[in-house]
Amino acid sequence: MAKVSFHGVGIKALSACVPGDVVYNRDLGYLIPQEEIDKVIDNIGIEQRRIASSDVTASDLCFKAAQKLMDDNNIDPASIDVLLFMSQTQDYRIPATSCILQHRLGLPKTTLCFDISLGCSGYLFALSTAFAYASIEGINRVLLLDGETFSKIVNRRDKVDWPLYGDAGTATLVEKGDFGDSTFILNTDGSGEDAIKIHAGMRHPITPKSCVEREQEDGNIRNDLEVFMDGMDVFNFAISKVPRCVKELLSVTGKTVDDVDYLVFHQANRFMMDFFVKKLKMNHDKVPYCIHKYGNTSSSSIPLTIASELPGKLDGDHTVVMSGFGAGLSWGAVMMQMHDCKVLPVVDY
Amino acid sequence: MRYSFVMNLEQFIENFADLFDETDPDTINATTQFKDLEEWSSLLALSVIAMIDEEYDVEFRGDDIRGSNTVEDLYNIVKSRVE
Repeated sequence: MAKVSFHGVGIKALSACVPGDVVYNRDLGYLIPQEEIDKVIDNIGIEQRRIASSDVTASDLCFKAAQKLMDDNNIDPASIDVLLFMSQTQDYRIPATSCILQHRLGLPKTTLCFDISLGCSGYLFALSTAFAYASIEGINRVLLLDGETFSKIVNRRDKVDWPLYGDAGTATLVEKGDFGDSTFILNTDGSGEDAIKIHAGMRHPITPKSCVEREQEDGNIRNDLEVFMDGMDVFNFAISKVPRCVKELLSVTGKTVDDVDYLVFHQANRFMMDFFVKKLKMNHDKVPYCIHKYGNTSSSSIPLTIASELPGKLDGDHTVVMSGFGAGLSWGAVMMQMHDCKVLPVVDY
Repeated sequence: MRYSFVMNLEQFIENFADLFDETDPDTINATTQFKDLEEWSSLLALSVIAMIDEEYDVEFRGDDIRGSNTVEDLYNIVKSRVE
C-alpha cells in the first residue's frame, strides 16, 4: 500500500469543459430493446452524455478549461512551473500532449511537462504527482490537465461500454499555500489487466486486421483498437476494493464519515456508487453526482463532478474525500483539507 | 465458518429471487436455469454479485456467473468460499 501525505500544498482552483454535443441514452433503440432502455438508464443513472466531434480532442477540452481557470483567477502563465496531462486519449503517440499544451497555453519554456497514462483511477494518481512536485523547493504551481474522449475508442455497437462513456476535459491548479493535510492511499493489482483493455498496441502490433469490426466473444461489436470491459469483473473489483479503501483512509487519518463534508467518487455508474454509499453508511447529500448529465468520463469524472456540483461550495475550509478506480487494475482515495478552492462552473466547448 | 449460519440453499434462493422485479419468486428454485429467465440481464448479474458480497462477504467474478447454469450452481460456489 502506498500511503502518502502532504502539508502546505493544495488545490487553488478547478475548472472543466465538456463538448457541446449532447447524446441521449433514450435514443439507443438500435442497440438495446426499447422496453429495456428505461431500466438501463435507471440502473446506470446516465440520461445523457457529451460527445466530442471528430476534430476535438481531450487536449482541446483541457485547453479551454485551463484558459478559463487562468483567466478567471488572474494566473500569469509564467507562474506555472509544471504541466501534467493525464489521459489515455492523447493527441499523438509521439510527442507527449503536455508539450503541445505548454506551447498552446503560452507557458514558459522552463515548464516541466509530461503525460500520465492511467484509466479511471488516473486523477488521484496524477493529483498525488502534482502535490509531490508542488512540495518540492523551487516549484510553486502545478497545472494538472485531466481529459478523456472515450467516445473515440468505444464502438457505438458495444452494449456494455457505449451507454456509459462521455467526454470531458478538466484543469486543476495545485500550489503551495496555507493548506492542511492531504493523505493519499494508492493501490495497484496488475493481475486484473484483462478486465479493461484495448488489445492492439506494441504487444499485439496494429495490422489492417486490427481495424476490422467484428463480433467478439462477449457478443459485442468491436475492433482491436477499441476498449473492452468485463463489466462483471470490474463491478466485483470495485465493490470489494473501493469501500475498503475509503474505510482505510478514514482509519489512517483518524476520521469518521461524519467528518467528511463531500465524498466524490469516480462516476462509474449510479448503481455502483449507490452501493458504495450504502456500504459506507454515508449520507447521500454528501456524495455529489453528475453522471446523469455527463456519463462516465473516465479519469476526468472526479474533477468534472466537483466543477458540476460544487461551485461556491468549497469556499472556506472543507474535508473532502475523493476515490477513483479502474483499468490496471488501479484504485485509490485521498482525504484533503480543502481551503478556499475556487471551483468554476462547467463550460461548453 | 463465519457465515455458515445463513448458508443454506433456501435462504440463498430467496435472496436471489428478491433481485428480480417482474419474475414471480415462486418460479425460482434450485434447478432454475437463471440465464433463461426473461428478466435476466447483464445488470441483474451485477445485482447478484452485489448481493453475494453483501449477504455472504464473498467475491464473485464474471467467470463464476458465466460458468454457472442453475441457482444451485451459484450457491455451491458461494458455499465453497465461505467455508
